[in-house]
Amino acid sequence: MEAIRVHEGICAPLLVDNVDTDQIIPSREMKRVSKQGLGEGLFAGSRYLYDGMRKVGLSQDFVLNGPEYQGASILLSGKNFGCGSSREHAVWALRDFGIKAVIAESFGRIFRINCARNGLLAVELPADQIEALVRQTSPDPQTRRVLIDLPKGQIRAPDGESWDFVIDESDRRMLMLGLDYIDYSLQYAADIDRFTKKDAAKRPWAYLNRD
Amino acid sequence: MGSTLFDKIWDSHVVCTLDDGSCLVYLDRVFLHERTGSIALTSLREAGRKVRNPKHVFATMDHILDTLPGRGDATLVPGGETFIKTMRKASMDAGITLFDIDDTRHGISHLISAEQAITLPGLIVGCPDSHTCTLGALGAVGWGIGTSDCEHAIATETLRANKPKQLRVRFDGPLGPGVTAKDMILHLISRYTASGAEGHAMEYCGSTIDSLGMGARFTLCNMAVEFSAFTGLIAPDEKTLGYLEGRAYAPAGESWQNCKREWETLRSDDDAVFDREIRVDCADIAPTMTWGTSPQHAIPVNGRVPTLDSVDDAESRADIERAMDYMGLTPGQALIGLPIDGAFIGSCTNGRLSDLRAAARILDGRKVAPGIRAICTPGSQQVKKAAEAEGLDKIFLSAGFEWREPGCSLCFNAGGEGFGPEERVVSSTNRNFRGRQGRKTRSHLASPALVAAAAIAGRISDLGEVD
Ligand code: SF4
Repeated sequence: MEAIRVHEGICAPLLVDNVDTDQIIPSREMKRVSKQGLGEGLFAGSRYLYDGMRKVGLSQDFVLNGPEYQGASILLSGKNFGCGSSREHAVWALRDFGIKAVIAESFGRIFRINCARNGLLAVELPADQIEALVRQTSPDPQTRRVLIDLPKGQIRAPDGESWDFVIDESDRRMLMLGLDYIDYSLQYAADIDRFTKKDAAKRPWAYLNRD
Repeated sequence: MGSTLFDKIWDSHVVCTLDDGSCLVYLDRVFLHERTGSIALTSLREAGRKVRNPKHVFATMDHILDTLPGRGDATLVPGGETFIKTMRKASMDAGITLFDIDDTRHGISHLISAEQAITLPGLIVGCPDSHTCTLGALGAVGWGIGTSDCEHAIATETLRANKPKQLRVRFDGPLGPGVTAKDMILHLISRYTASGAEGHAMEYCGSTIDSLGMGARFTLCNMAVEFSAFTGLIAPDEKTLGYLEGRAYAPAGESWQNCKREWETLRSDDDAVFDREIRVDCADIAPTMTWGTSPQHAIPVNGRVPTLDSVDDAESRADIERAMDYMGLTPGQALIGLPIDGAFIGSCTNGRLSDLRAAARILDGRKVAPGIRAICTPGSQQVKKAAEAEGLDKIFLSAGFEWREPGCSLCFNAGGEGFGPEERVVSSTNRNFRGRQGRKTRSHLASPALVAAAAIAGRISDLGEVD
């Protein structure tokens, strides 16, 4: 997985509270038997125009469709982003679309866990700082970019102000090393080998070796 | 200080402690199904990883496939066939054992994991379905997990977690007439709320538990998750061993004798300390049914739905009002006599032979009331075959029930089959959440006997009315 250390990106504001996982990706968009390719279904309910159930084009009202937000990799939002069901498709869809970080006032608990596991950075900032980011980026989002410095735990706004953010230490390490949840545990593969060897001698009945 | 049953199993499975304080916990078995397993296996391959020990990974089709007689890979779930085909191919590629649709051992994962003795006492088993706790009835730790945990489990043979706190629930005394394990668990949840065991692994014990058969124990452990428990388990005893002996993956011969000795130690020590204890006097339990949209909304079937002045805090009052509105009920209304549209018997909660027998006793020689859609889905092929050998299928069919193929079926509406909007359904399943059995469908959870009684009467009834 791609490591994130310092990321500078275009910010798109979606300043509402309680953006739930069903809005992030409606269940009808979860038809793939893979984590790849789900970006197409991201915010499908508001990103597209529909004729009945059929998509007939992009909705010009939706922020990510605006020309000034093309290539956005940082999403700004309000309280409780990613609340609702535990579907990981929400994180996969954001990542597949190209979002590297979501900056919000707060996050749904399970969504936040799913973020770190899947290489998406979730940063909590107070409302006034998020508003400042919106104010400073909106004159020209393409050039007025925001910088996230993971080793320092800092966000730098276009005007040069910096704010600290807090992130769980093991989450930070996973993101910086580009390790997903599984890679992180596989660092301990030798311990697992040692364990199963000893355990198989102790509990041979629990190990199935039929061919 | 002694150890609890859960301590003994958990502690002996800890591989190592990580720098963030969580543990890597060894998983003895992983059971996959087509809805989530297909994604986990595909993602694993896309990431260039392998199933670490294919011999310990099993799979079935239960969530998406149809349960209609004569079914194949085609399903009513839009796009469902892709999941089924992908699961089959991915299982073959990964070298794991799949109990495919046409296998005589096929069924809902939690049932066949027990029937095949893939789960044994003292094991930790993971499955991407929240009701994996069912297997706690065998004295194992059943761990319901999400998709990325599932991938982690098959790639590493471990899960990363913090040890949960522990709760012991003691049930004592004989069960009254018509009271089953389903009534016990609904009673428990209604009394201590649906989040009553949050963050706790729960051990069931007491004289009532000792006297329960295995079918009932599975039901009780199955719904531990509806009480928000991390898992639910029961110490193995003679009945557990009797159930497992001779089954396909059970140890045999000398190994079986050794296991028996080893499993005798699988019980909480007398001086073990639990974080919490709950005691239930079974004399307080009546045949029970849910009225609302959470398993905690459960009352004796001959009781009345709550009145709003019996609830003090505003939030719960609003919650109850919303539930009543969804269910089309008014405060203080009696459950008995409510006309129903559908009846469902099946699922990993109550889709076993003992459940079908209990329902058949009531259905025998009677007819489902006109206009009621009544469906029975045995939980596995083995259950179905055993039921047919006893002639239960004939009883269900001549009463007017559909007799289906095994699968999750109407336990949840995956976009395939469901009951209709505002239809009232009495169901032997485990979740009565909004929309679970169909858009706007009104589900009442109950024991198989109460479901059968309602189907016959065409309205919610007491067991006394039909007995
Ligand atoms: S029957 Fe229902 S609860 Fe059981 S495994 Fe299937 S979907 Fe899950």
